[in-house]
Amino acid sequence: MTDAPARPIKVLIAKPGLDGHDRGAKVLARGLRDEGFEVIYTGLRQTPEMVVSAALQEDVDVVGLSILSGAHMTLLPRICQALREQGLDDVLVTAGGIIPDDDIPALLEAGVSRVFGPGTTIREVADYIRGNARPREG
Amino acid sequence: MSGGLAERARAGDRRALARLLSEVENRTHTAEEALRRLYAEAGAAHLVGVTGAPGSGKSTLVAALVGEARKSGRPVAVLAIDPSSPITGGAILGDRVRMQVHAGDRDVFIRSMASRGHAGGLAASTVAAAAVLDACGFPLIFVETVGTGQSEVEVASIADTTLVVQTPDMGDEVQAIKAGLLEVADIVVVNKSDRPGADRAAAQLRGMLTVGAQHDRQMGDRPRPKRPDVLLASGLTDAGVPELLAALDRRDAARRASQGNGTPDAARLARAEAQLTGILAQRLAERLRSPQHAEERRQSVRAIAAHELDPYAAADRLLRLLGGGSG
Repeated sequence: MTDAPARPIKVLIAKPGLDGHDRGAKVLARGLRDEGFEVIYTGLRQTPEMVVSAALQEDVDVVGLSILSGAHMTLLPRICQALREQGLDDVLVTAGGIIPDDDIPALLEAGVSRVFGPGTTIREVADYIRGNARPREG
Repeated sequence: MSGGLAERARAGDRRALARLLSEVENRTHTAEEALRRLYAEAGAAHLVGVTGAPGSGKSTLVAALVGEARKSGRPVAVLAIDPSSPITGGAILGDRVRMQVHAGDRDVFIRSMASRGHAGGLAASTVAAAAVLDACGFPLIFVETVGTGQSEVEVASIADTTLVVQTPDMGDEVQAIKAGLLEVADIVVVNKSDRPGADRAAAQLRGMLTVGAQHDRQMGDRPRPKRPDVLLASGLTDAGVPELLAALDRRDAARRASQGNGTPDAARLARAEAQLTGILAQRLAERLRSPQHAEERRQSVRAIAAHELDPYAAADRLLRLLGGGSG
């Protein structure tokens, strides 16, 4: 039929775990909207199962996880593993929030493709996603 | 490839279903092939349109209705549409926030859709997406529109049942007799019935929506607005939700009974018409974009802007060219 209109990249923004601070996630969601992405926002206190089920049903290209609670070493690897178990291994996983530098290598090992620290600009995140999200097939 | 996706989706592969819905949203050739194959398998589902103002509680109410329907074991699907930015094309799809309670249930399939420039409260591919879900065995499908104003009534042309969500503070009796959204409702729900004023709002709506019953009879066969039931519900507390689902099921049963002889009802004819019109418009747009017609079109646009050619004559000329050429 047509391939004239560009297909927006779909990004799931989720906050796994128990912290109740989602202002950062909302600011990012809004910023990515302005960058032309379709952003699915699922809100606070998401279990890994909720994140994975939303990623699967929405057929997203990217899962962006915001986590400030300190539980990242438990939750992020679990989410990455669950995504792989569901066959979603081509989905780009990024993380942001308060994550100590020392923890980053283990998270990258677990399947997170990039950890964005405080001070990251929305443009940086958007450029990274555009450069690394799976190609959309026709 | 598409055969694989469609068949896997029908066999219950949720990943394949999600992929196929992306193809449908992107209006690809793969989607078209799959839809051609699946169309004969669709038609059994009760398609319920849910519309109402932003913040009226549509998503919460849909989540509650899904929970109620799941008590009887029926699989349920939801298509939740939110607006795309007219400037950047981006979108925030936030309806899932209210529905995440169903995340662990594999017989609940929720899909967000950005409107992608389509006006009227839906996305251009919503009907096709609903047909896919229908063919994949979801007997109950909710289509939640973008938050609407007074006149985004497109959902009524694709749904079997149109549910208009109001709130206790929606306004006075004059709002209830305005033309538009309320005219196309099969059921009006005063949501947030846990809040003060809900009973009064429902009474006002009933009063205004039922006036003129005598006039209805005088109008005979002329098109006339529906006479919706007005129900109270709270998506938050679940009050009234079982009754609302029962009302939806009664409508579905009545439709099935009346279609027993194979004659589609008015809602199904309207949906068919909407699909055909939409595809014709899309086909036309594609052919106009083709290289052989693009230059003609550019020249026509310039001539119209310069007032050298009137837009009607230009359109007729292009249609003649399209009719003669190959698409």
